[in-house]
Amino acid sequence: MKEEKNYFQGLFAGIKTLCVGLKTTMRELFTAKITEQYPENRDTLTMFDRFRGSLVMPHNEQNEHKCIGCGLCQTACPNGTISIKTQMVETEDGKKKKQLVEYEYNLGCCMFCQLCTRVCPQGAITFDQTFENAVFDRTKLVKVLNRPGSKCEEKKRPAAAKPAAAQPNPTTQPQ
Amino acid sequence: MFNFSIVTGWIHQLLTGFLPEWTAILIESVLVALAIITLYAVFAIVLIYMERKVCAFFQCRLGPNRVGKWGTLQVFCDVFKMLTKEIITMRNTDLLLHNLAPFLVVTASMLTFACLPWNAGAQIIDFNVGVFFLLAASSIGVVGILLAGWSSNNKYSLIGAMRSGAQIISYELSIGMTMLTMICLTGTMSISGICEDQAANGWNIVRGHVPAVIAFIIYLIAGNAECNRGPFDLPESESELTAGYHTEYSGMHFGFYYLAEYLNLFITAGIATTIFLGGWAPLHIVGLSALNGVMDMIPGFVWFVGKTFFVVFLLMWLRWTFPRLRIDQILSLEWKYLVPISMVNLVLMALCVAFGLHF
Amino acid sequence: MTHNKYLRNHRLTEEAPAPEAPKAAAPAGPAPKDAAPAAPARNACEPRTVAPDALRAELEALRAQGYDFLECLTGIDEEADGLGVIYHLCNTQTGSRTVLKATAEGRENPILPTASDLWDIANIYEREVYDFYGVKFAGHPDMRRIFMREDWVGYPFRKDDKTEENNPLRMDNEPLSDTTTQYNADGTTETHTIFGKDDYVVNIGPQHPSTHGVLHFRVALEGETIRKIDPVLGYIHRGIEKISEQLTYPQTLALTDRMDYLGAMQSRHALCMCIEQAMGVEVSDRVQVIRTIMDELQRIDSHILFFSCLCQDLGATTAFLYGFRDREKILDIFEETCGGRLILNYNTIGGVMADLHPNFQKRVKEFIPYMRRNLEEYFDIFCNNVIAHNRLDGVGVLSKEQCISFGCTGGTGRASGWHNDVRKLRPYAAYDRVTFNEAIRTEGDSYARLMIRMDEIRESLSIIEQLIDNIPEGPYQEKMKPIIKVPEGTYYSSVEASRGEFGVLLVSKGDKNPYRLHYRSTGLPLVAVMDTACRGNMLADLISIGGTVDYVVPDIDR
Repeated sequence: MKEEKNYFQGLFAGIKTLCVGLKTTMRELFTAKITEQYPENRDTLTMFDRFRGSLVMPHNEQNEHKCIGCGLCQTACPNGTISIKTQMVETEDGKKKKQLVEYEYNLGCCMFCQLCTRVCPQGAITFDQTFENAVFDRTKLVKVLNRPGSKCEEKKRPAAAKPAAAQPNPTTQPQ
Repeated sequence: MFNFSIVTGWIHQLLTGFLPEWTAILIESVLVALAIITLYAVFAIVLIYMERKVCAFFQCRLGPNRVGKWGTLQVFCDVFKMLTKEIITMRNTDLLLHNLAPFLVVTASMLTFACLPWNAGAQIIDFNVGVFFLLAASSIGVVGILLAGWSSNNKYSLIGAMRSGAQIISYELSIGMTMLTMICLTGTMSISGICEDQAANGWNIVRGHVPAVIAFIIYLIAGNAECNRGPFDLPESESELTAGYHTEYSGMHFGFYYLAEYLNLFITAGIATTIFLGGWAPLHIVGLSALNGVMDMIPGFVWFVGKTFFVVFLLMWLRWTFPRLRIDQILSLEWKYLVPISMVNLVLMALCVAFGLHF
Repeated sequence: MTHNKYLRNHRLTEEAPAPEAPKAAAPAGPAPKDAAPAAPARNACEPRTVAPDALRAELEALRAQGYDFLECLTGIDEEADGLGVIYHLCNTQTGSRTVLKATAEGRENPILPTASDLWDIANIYEREVYDFYGVKFAGHPDMRRIFMREDWVGYPFRKDDKTEENNPLRMDNEPLSDTTTQYNADGTTETHTIFGKDDYVVNIGPQHPSTHGVLHFRVALEGETIRKIDPVLGYIHRGIEKISEQLTYPQTLALTDRMDYLGAMQSRHALCMCIEQAMGVEVSDRVQVIRTIMDELQRIDSHILFFSCLCQDLGATTAFLYGFRDREKILDIFEETCGGRLILNYNTIGGVMADLHPNFQKRVKEFIPYMRRNLEEYFDIFCNNVIAHNRLDGVGVLSKEQCISFGCTGGTGRASGWHNDVRKLRPYAAYDRVTFNEAIRTEGDSYARLMIRMDEIRESLSIIEQLIDNIPEGPYQEKMKPIIKVPEGTYYSSVEASRGEFGVLLVSKGDKNPYRLHYRSTGLPLVAVMDTACRGNMLADLISIGGTVDYVVPDIDR
């Protein structure tokens, strides 16, 4: 008798749980849908400001960036994503100074670890929020971050800080 | 109610007017075949679209919405894609059986499709043991599935096909039993007879009350299992066997399985409509003659398709709610629960009929 | 070398205002301050060296003493000294731990006695060491490569291995042997059969919807019943441990997120913690609390995905999407603060990458009640469902002893009644200041494993709730030297990751990059146990057992 009881109890309990399941899905049938309609919502779609889309070098209106070509980011990168070309130029006051020629960044092998932006002493590079990075040819993922004709921003800073900024140049030169 | 036999009779007369009888019948047969194939394709497309939308809405999604307004053209695009795809064959497959299998499946499903009563007088295959024929025709499909699994030379396919065989043959039993229950009530095996009976005396599910409702539920479960749909989709259970018996099919050969799957869903729902929900019979409520009059205005075709889609929706609701069973559980559900219950139910129905306890 | 010089000089300018910066930034040779800390680091674990001949007796003795949990078995190339193996053993009754090291002689035919008959998990760990270091374990019944191809030449983790030279890109298919070799101490070999001629072997994977990644099981079937499972691993092995040996410490961090992508926070937390403790750096309370909250969010994230994928595997696609709907909220919280959804990149040595986003608390507080409500829905649609019960009840039962012997930590072990929660055993970060229950079940079946995860979501929500309003003020990043060097020694730290104990074994020679960095994968024991758990069950149960033990492949193939 007990077995029969279990049989029917199990049957009805089972049917009850199935009905609860059906009720749940029926309720969800009428809830708001969560699909994001991506290309349509492009105008309203804003990424979080910490999102790491690709590495960029912000330029100001005078087409100046902050990069001093120190190469720290290149060293910090675990993947060899960044390669920097610099040249030595002579400033007006006769000092030799390193200048950025080309800042090459390969988005294709970047793993967005942020070591480059963290190590940058000038805050010259940062991640932007672009995410539509698909291209047909991966050579297009190699980007030059400094704009043509751009140059390093001359810092207007208090006199006390100036020597510190100028110091590295002589020491790096012998390399 | 409009009787479609007026139209068919008129065509027959028209053709025999200037053609010998055999030519007329030949032309009529071709016309009917064209009609079946067209309907088959149209319903498949509608069902696929419906399934994708219904499923999406159950899942808090929007479903296809890119191609055409609300994604209406999506299925057409999919069909085109499938048509353009290459039909590949694997090494060491039994080529003849491999190519034959999808046609068997599709033929079986079309044959069953032809049994559905669309309207009064609009039935393609109709004779006195129609229900028997329908059961027999629908069973051919399983041969196609078994052949597909066997000839693919793929272990997933074979396991899937074996599961499918075990499952379909088992569930055929409950289907037969529930149909028998209803035949017991209507007293005829002719499909048109069943419909006419319901049009005159009210829908079977109402007339047969408790045993009919039980039979209806069992039929829905078993029917769902017959078409290999979730929660009984383990012959193709994509998370175990990737795609089960049709793993190795591509292009339109796969398309046939896909079509047949959806049409089987429609057929299952259609048969449920026919034997439980009155077929093309409109909704009549005793005592409300005004309402009944309005209902009579709606053509039987609309009634039939409408009810069928309602049942299709029920089946989709089931599918998108439950997890999949395991093969031994499927069989124990059938043999331990459905078969005994439907047997008792049959007796119950017989008693009801014998003592006139139905409406 | 030039780079280092660069680094020093520029740090000097950057931190010019701080008077001590020049001193700290000009390390000559080994770091002056950290070289000899007064007390040994909290996580130092200098192994006791055992001679190879005495190793077997020592291991047997320890096993008899109740050291029933082989936490970690790590190969290490000691160059001139030979090839070493470090054993981390733990007594689950008393909680005492011991570390042994044995060094095999010679590089041509290094041989050590096996421990695979003492601890089940040693079987797969020893295969890993054999694969990477070429140490043969005498008496091991199945000395095959585990991650590399069977026709691989050389042992890639050895310091002197010419990996690329010996292994040009192969264009032929990977061979999969049906036999295996046993090496004996006396120099003889035996051959064992893995699958015989009459076995009906079905490949589940490497491309398969429910192996949760590129994992390959060779399954011998008898009808639908599973007779034997042989996991084939390494399809996505990236050699993270080896790569890390060439990277500086901050650079190694970036790779931890790419192992267990559902435990990215916790893996990275473990590595950061290991390095910090080794260096004697104390992070602020704020960081500890932030890390705790983030770990718990990650755990919820992982468990939701666990639920979703299990539903998907069992064919309940709708429940799958409900899980994803809710997981999205956590990912948004992550993205706002960390900038990433899966690759979070948040913990750093000495702190975290950025302070919490101003919206963080608000979002988390909204999320907690939302999640509690939706958790009920999970029960309605799946967990309480009779079909789910039928599919999971009594399926793949693992006893407590089996779990310990296989080292199945995390939810899988706790479902069998093994108290193994690192958060309780060795509290780290802010876990000692919150109250929570360690979710424990005793059934050991798949359903218990599912319920453990559901319980843990609740506990995690409660932990977050306790902390979210009490985040102390403080710096989010300690000032670290520009070049991070870990004092010489061996260190081991572990955290409770989403699916078990994630450990970091760091062997440092005082350089700026690790000499050996080993991660105790949470998933490898879970894959190792599959054969035991699945035997005698049906093919469909493989899916539900695999789903409930919850392995993540990139974590196995590190």
